[in-house]
Amino acid sequence: MKTPLYKEPNSLGFYGNFGGAFIPEMLYPNVQELNEAYTTILASNDFKKDFNKLLRDYVGRPTPLYFAERLSERYQTKIYLKREDLCHTGAHKINNTVGQILMAKRLGKKRIIAETGAGQHGVATATVCALMGIECVVYMGAVDIKRQAPNVSRMKMLGATVKPATSGSQTLKDATNEAIRDWINNPTDTHYIIGSVVGPHPYPDLVAKLQAVISEEVEQQLFEKEGTKVPDHVIACVGGGSNAAGIYYQFLNNPEVNIIAVEAEGKGILTGESAATTRLGRSGIIHGSKTLLMQNKDGQITEPYSISAGLDYPGIGPMHANLFESKRAEFISVTDEDAMKAGLELSQTEGIIPAIETAHAFAIFKERQFNHDEILVFNCSGRGDKDLQTYTDYFKLID
Amino acid sequence: MQNRIHQRLQQPEKIVSIYFTAGYPKRDDTLEVIQELVNNGVDMIEVGLPYSDPLADGPTIQQSSTQALKNGMSSQLLFEQLKDLRQITSVPVIVMGYFNAMLQYGVKAFCESCEKCGIDGIIMPDLPIDIYQAEYQSIFEQHQLSFISLITPQTSDERIKQLDEASNSFIYMVSSASTTGSQAGFGQTELDYFKRIHDMRLKNKLIVGFGIKDQTSFDQAAQYTSGCIIGSAYIKHITEHGLRQTKPFIKSLKEQ
Ligand SMILES: Cc1ncc(COP(=O)(O)O)c(C=O)c1O
Repeated sequence: MKTPLYKEPNSLGFYGNFGGAFIPEMLYPNVQELNEAYTTILASNDFKKDFNKLLRDYVGRPTPLYFAERLSERYQTKIYLKREDLCHTGAHKINNTVGQILMAKRLGKKRIIAETGAGQHGVATATVCALMGIECVVYMGAVDIKRQAPNVSRMKMLGATVKPATSGSQTLKDATNEAIRDWINNPTDTHYIIGSVVGPHPYPDLVAKLQAVISEEVEQQLFEKEGTKVPDHVIACVGGGSNAAGIYYQFLNNPEVNIIAVEAEGKGILTGESAATTRLGRSGIIHGSKTLLMQNKDGQITEPYSISAGLDYPGIGPMHANLFESKRAEFISVTDEDAMKAGLELSQTEGIIPAIETAHAFAIFKERQFNHDEILVFNCSGRGDKDLQTYTDYFKLID
Repeated sequence: MQNRIHQRLQQPEKIVSIYFTAGYPKRDDTLEVIQELVNNGVDMIEVGLPYSDPLADGPTIQQSSTQALKNGMSSQLLFEQLKDLRQITSVPVIVMGYFNAMLQYGVKAFCESCEKCGIDGIIMPDLPIDIYQAEYQSIFEQHQLSFISLITPQTSDERIKQLDEASNSFIYMVSSASTTGSQAGFGQTELDYFKRIHDMRLKNKLIVGFGIKDQTSFDQAAQYTSGCIIGSAYIKHITEHGLRQTKPFIKSLKEQ
């Protein structure tokens, strides 16, 4: 039997049946350049030194592994939170942008482009560009520019240009299309910092490896607290799947660890307003990758919906499509309503206001029970400051 | 394999090839646009199968695609619209689209439907050559379909040779690093590129696309190649003037 490729793709970029690089020839030289360089750069001592230094001194790593006592008591199980919300800029996204900006510099690039949904990746990209003094253009769906306004201001404050994507559903998928088109038009001087484990090979692998630091730290921290490196469950929300890839990474090939992925169900699976890719999608091609995606019978990509801009995406990364197909991971979907309630609950039991994306992960207690001695590690992927307006309106907190 | 593309490429006259989006402006205009193009002496036609997320296309083709999808276009409908294609014309016709549409229809079924309608070739910008060769080449060939590869100014000589080897009609030279329609005339850089590829003496003929909008740009590109493909400029023209006004557009390109 072949060992399944959970962690790393094969040389053509495939995780099982998913992945690859289905890109127009116009992008081939750019993607090829990255593909030829990324493993060498990631493995070089010089890169590792710069990367680890910035993660420590600039991002604030390691982030704490926090035992959530009151939440654990409520659900009669052992709940740990990996506090990615405490990273500089407020989410895990910066682990990836720090790594990619260092890579872009080594490739001699003078201009950075990115797409963003919730704006967290856009802010994380704008931040590292400011740090390095490199020009930055961020594409963001016009709908997301409205619902994540604080992050738009942050990007502008950091000196980035924010360009609205006005096609399609005007959300993350469309912002990604625009970023790819920009890259086609600027093939030599520009590096595209993609924000999740999506896109053509080698991006899914590159981003997963840059986020892997999350689970590397968890192993060590859990050992200090529990005397074991191995949790029973690791749990994360999945938009494209980068925070999930990060917290799963070290555990993917250990069958003792149960992997749980939480998708955004929006208003409900059958309402036509959902972003639960594994429940509504099938294999196809999106943004240069063969993966599970929501589409009609003709292969036209369906416009997704979620209250959370970062999960409002009609696909998932090929690594996750493979985890789903091979049944290595358990996929659960939760509605807007349950996610919002879970966000409020985490705020009021632990004093941590999560991003709405992150809140989806904490809504699994409605769907799933755990034993009292099981260890759960949640990726608390981001903080909720950017979502205060949405939370406030939803719960009518101000009258 | 010998199809209408090969036959036309053997003739010395430069090829004027027009791209348009199927189902645009109206759903059932597809065959009528083809009729107009043929009546006005166009040498080759690319029928664009509209896609929701056309990564390689600029605003003009994006908009025509969005409209065509709103009009109800689909792969199946395209093949129904084209079933009498060969009763009205013998010019080579190529389907251009994105690979996901083909994949969902079934690659084999898609090629069969193309052959039934008398289609001669397929351009799928996001179907990479290595996957084409490994999985689909024999199916294409079984149905007499040419697979047409794209190259750009950034494509390495080594890669061009590989693409040339895998192609069997013409190579689609993208005029500059760009999405469709985003060009403002050709300068020395583009001309040098056309000449450089011309001088490589590839086994396939060359046709230039992206950024051709008038006779000047046409002549510049055709000087080193077998002809040109015009897309966005034609779609803009029929959007503004209606498909009945195809004649003056083609005339402006063809008066030599
Ligand atoms: C805090 C947070 N969590 C999760 C996500 C979803 O992305 P991914 O699935 O790549 O982690 C986002 C995306 O914007 C985010 O900001």
